[in-house]
Amino acid sequence: MSDRELTNTEAMAEALREEMTRDPSVFIVGEDLVAHGGIFGQFKGLPEAFPGRVIDTPISETCIAGAGLGAALTGMRPFVDLHFADFTTTAMDEIANQAAKIRYMFGGQVKVPLVIWAPDGAGLSAAAHHSQSLEAWFVHTPGLKVVSPCLPYDVKGLIKTAIRDDDPVVFFMHKKIFGRKGPVPEQEYLIPLGQADLKLEGSDLTVITYSIMVLHALEAAQELSREGISVEVLDLRTLWPLDWEAIQRSVSKTHRVVVAHEACLTAGLGAEIAARIQEELFDELDAPVVRVGAKRVPHPFSPPLEKFVIPGPHSIIEAVSKLLGKQI
Amino acid sequence: MKGSPKAHEMIWLYRTMCRIRAFETKVQELFAANMIPGFVHLSIGEEAVAAGVSSVLRPDDYITSTHRGHGHVLAKGAEPRRMMAELFGKRTGYCKGKGGSMHIADFGVGVLGANGVVAGGFPIAVGAGLSCKLRGTDQVVVCYFGDGASNRGPVHEAMNMASIWKLPVLFVCENNQYASTTAMSYSTSVERIALRAAGYSMPGLTVDGNDVLAVREAAAQAVARARAGGGPTLLEALTYRLRGHFEGDPQRYRKREEVEEAMGRDPISRLASTLRKKKLLPEDLEKSIRKEVQEEIQEAVRFAQESPYPEPEEALEDLYAGDVAQAARGGLA
Repeated sequence: MSDRELTNTEAMAEALREEMTRDPSVFIVGEDLVAHGGIFGQFKGLPEAFPGRVIDTPISETCIAGAGLGAALTGMRPFVDLHFADFTTTAMDEIANQAAKIRYMFGGQVKVPLVIWAPDGAGLSAAAHHSQSLEAWFVHTPGLKVVSPCLPYDVKGLIKTAIRDDDPVVFFMHKKIFGRKGPVPEQEYLIPLGQADLKLEGSDLTVITYSIMVLHALEAAQELSREGISVEVLDLRTLWPLDWEAIQRSVSKTHRVVVAHEACLTAGLGAEIAARIQEELFDELDAPVVRVGAKRVPHPFSPPLEKFVIPGPHSIIEAVSKLLGKQI
Repeated sequence: MKGSPKAHEMIWLYRTMCRIRAFETKVQELFAANMIPGFVHLSIGEEAVAAGVSSVLRPDDYITSTHRGHGHVLAKGAEPRRMMAELFGKRTGYCKGKGGSMHIADFGVGVLGANGVVAGGFPIAVGAGLSCKLRGTDQVVVCYFGDGASNRGPVHEAMNMASIWKLPVLFVCENNQYASTTAMSYSTSVERIALRAAGYSMPGLTVDGNDVLAVREAAAQAVARARAGGGPTLLEALTYRLRGHFEGDPQRYRKREEVEEAMGRDPISRLASTLRKKKLLPEDLEKSIRKEVQEEIQEAVRFAQESPYPEPEEALEDLYAGDVAQAARGGLA
């Protein structure tokens, strides 16, 4: 791996720059892009480098997402910035009812090379309309692919792949990790969708996770290692297609599993993964799967309230304690 | 396209309306005979809108259609046999039996799809218009919708966006007076949908939607404007739905006399009479058109009936374009 370090924001901008250079049908559309470079600076430099291909829109999420779809059906590769994952709610017909289904309901006549990108996640006192992690809705919707990486290497490789993919990809990035740095090689690379990454090898248990919870899991793992507990951290990176083989491998190795996400615990992706592990890998398990997720309330504003509601490294330690049946 | 249509263009309009009528009348019969599953929404009485608009479009222009879309799709060039097969749920249908009446698309002739969601076509049409602009083509997009759709939010986002970017989109309101069972006079804040164009700085025109020549003329102007980069137009065509909202609709919301009165304004008879006056539709031509059209629809029905149903497992195909095996690896496709 190269010595060069980029932030997630820089990795994203570099991926877009490379793909826009490579393919003139790629364009970016969304709110506050040109003058502002995106609300997190994620498109900085691109409006100047690609005049007319970074397009500001009115505040019209329904039509932004739907216009992305219309353009994808007619020869373009749109990268749609939806500002906040919460705003997918105002574009839900376009994403879940139209983009996800068009290829299928028209009998495979057409490809839908569309990326819907949105920052998600809590922890910034952004309250109930700017903090949600809604990935489970989209994993639940046949026809979509869902990506949620956390480190710059993964962000860059997966954005490039998502743009080249011929299906609609919903791409989430946690808004607390935009400034997070990590090594990114100078030479070009792609990361296939549906490929998890082992962020830490361990032998006592596996934390299956993604997005910011990967970082929390790594932090927890460090603390747990001082207690003599060896934690394996599997970063799913892509939530659909799910890398079931990687899950199988790790579960068959450690026999104990925590599934962790920042999204609401109830009916979250963790429930699906835990259920499937118990259906297909029951004999591998030495203990029931333990889930970690947010409490089932909207995101409150005040810092102590928000902190109480969303999981952090401590939640993973608690889950491990439950899993191993011992006080840590 | 400007000016009066030539004789052959008028005959095209007549033939196209007859084809739509024949297709839908047959669908009506087949549905009543339990041979077509699901829901069916017919546009009988509204054929002049689809025919008039399509007559000024090129094969490479796009349309987005609605749940009442058989006419739009046929007029744009879709094949009746593949449409009929789709309505029967057969493998040879446009969507291999996955779409049905409300989801017919033919990307080969620019039909970006009928849509089961009222106003669902608006954002897609804007995106197609943006795509034409970005690709530097002079293609035009027609977004068909009904009076009911005009009250949905995406309409307003789409019209605003099409206007600020001067996109080559023609919004065609097929105003048939009823949103399902609710009269426009109750549900809509304006007397004419076209008035709403003013809110988006685009021309708004209302025409007699049962007069195919009037529809054609207005559409020709709007399409020419869009092609030349002048931006979108809202064209409202006043028409009337002679059948229920869906086949089987008890139609408690309107009086029989109202429907009977509207039958007197039938767009096909109207064009026929104009053509006869102009001596453009001699009896033998009229007969031969009707015969041809009937034969075509009969052939479509035969094709649909003789086509196989898909195998049940085909329900798992066509979800993803990319690496299907990889996508499926995540579990049950």
